[in-house]
Amino acid sequence: MSPEVHVVIERDGDIVTARQKGRALSASLGFGNNDQTIIALAISEIARNIVSYAQRGHLTLSPLDEGVRRGILIVARDQGPGIPDLELAMRDGYSTGRSLGVGLPGAKRVMDEFDISSTLGLGTTVTMKKWLP
Amino acid sequence: MSVPILKQGQVLIASIQSALSDQDLLQLRDDFADQIGRFRSRGVIIDVTALDVLNSFATRTLRAIAYTAKLRGAYTVVVGIQPDVAFSMVQLGLTLDGVATALDLEEGLASIKAQLDRSRANVP
Repeated sequence: MSPEVHVVIERDGDIVTARQKGRALSASLGFGNNDQTIIALAISEIARNIVSYAQRGHLTLSPLDEGVRRGILIVARDQGPGIPDLELAMRDGYSTGRSLGVGLPGAKRVMDEFDISSTLGLGTTVTMKKWLP
Repeated sequence: MSVPILKQGQVLIASIQSALSDQDLLQLRDDFADQIGRFRSRGVIIDVTALDVLNSFATRTLRAIAYTAKLRGAYTVVVGIQPDVAFSMVQLGLTLDGVATALDLEEGLASIKAQLDRSRANVP
């Protein structure tokens, strides 16, 4: 089983590294090309959010194995300012001005499971799962 | 890693490589705005064949490039969006509204030629 992958996100180029590692891990887990692209896209959206809003954070990519089903787990953590209104942030088209406002709701739409928690002044954690078809 | 811009007649062509960062895309936008004026270009082609992902930042910047070019008098075509990239954009809800697209470089050049012929035909 493939080991966990950690990626520190603190600059633009790290977003590219994160999505490439996500694609490589999902390929090694048996995801097809379409799913690999969707996983890489979702990773690039949440990594972009870290660079734009928190400046610094990290991503952990790991294999999921529950026996009957297998997949990939993506956890993004930052110690940024936090999101004041999560419900608003998850709304399509909402943005504080630095993006299209499609990143978070879009990532949620394409992944099988999506969870976001945020504490003002402490940071934000996004957890996403995608299961092998 | 900046993107080289090739000049072919009245058309500027940039082939984006897969490791392009968001900052490189912004640089490309500025380079195009500058070179369209310098070379009096009428068309811009952005070839994204090698890109494995088009995220919301990239689609927003491609729209910005196309609209900036339009204001500078040039017509933009994005070419080479791969099938799984297109599929993932649809799934996530990303659009390139208002930006012309073509299957590949050849189709893109044909599209710009047709556009230029049309605009010449409109001159009284």
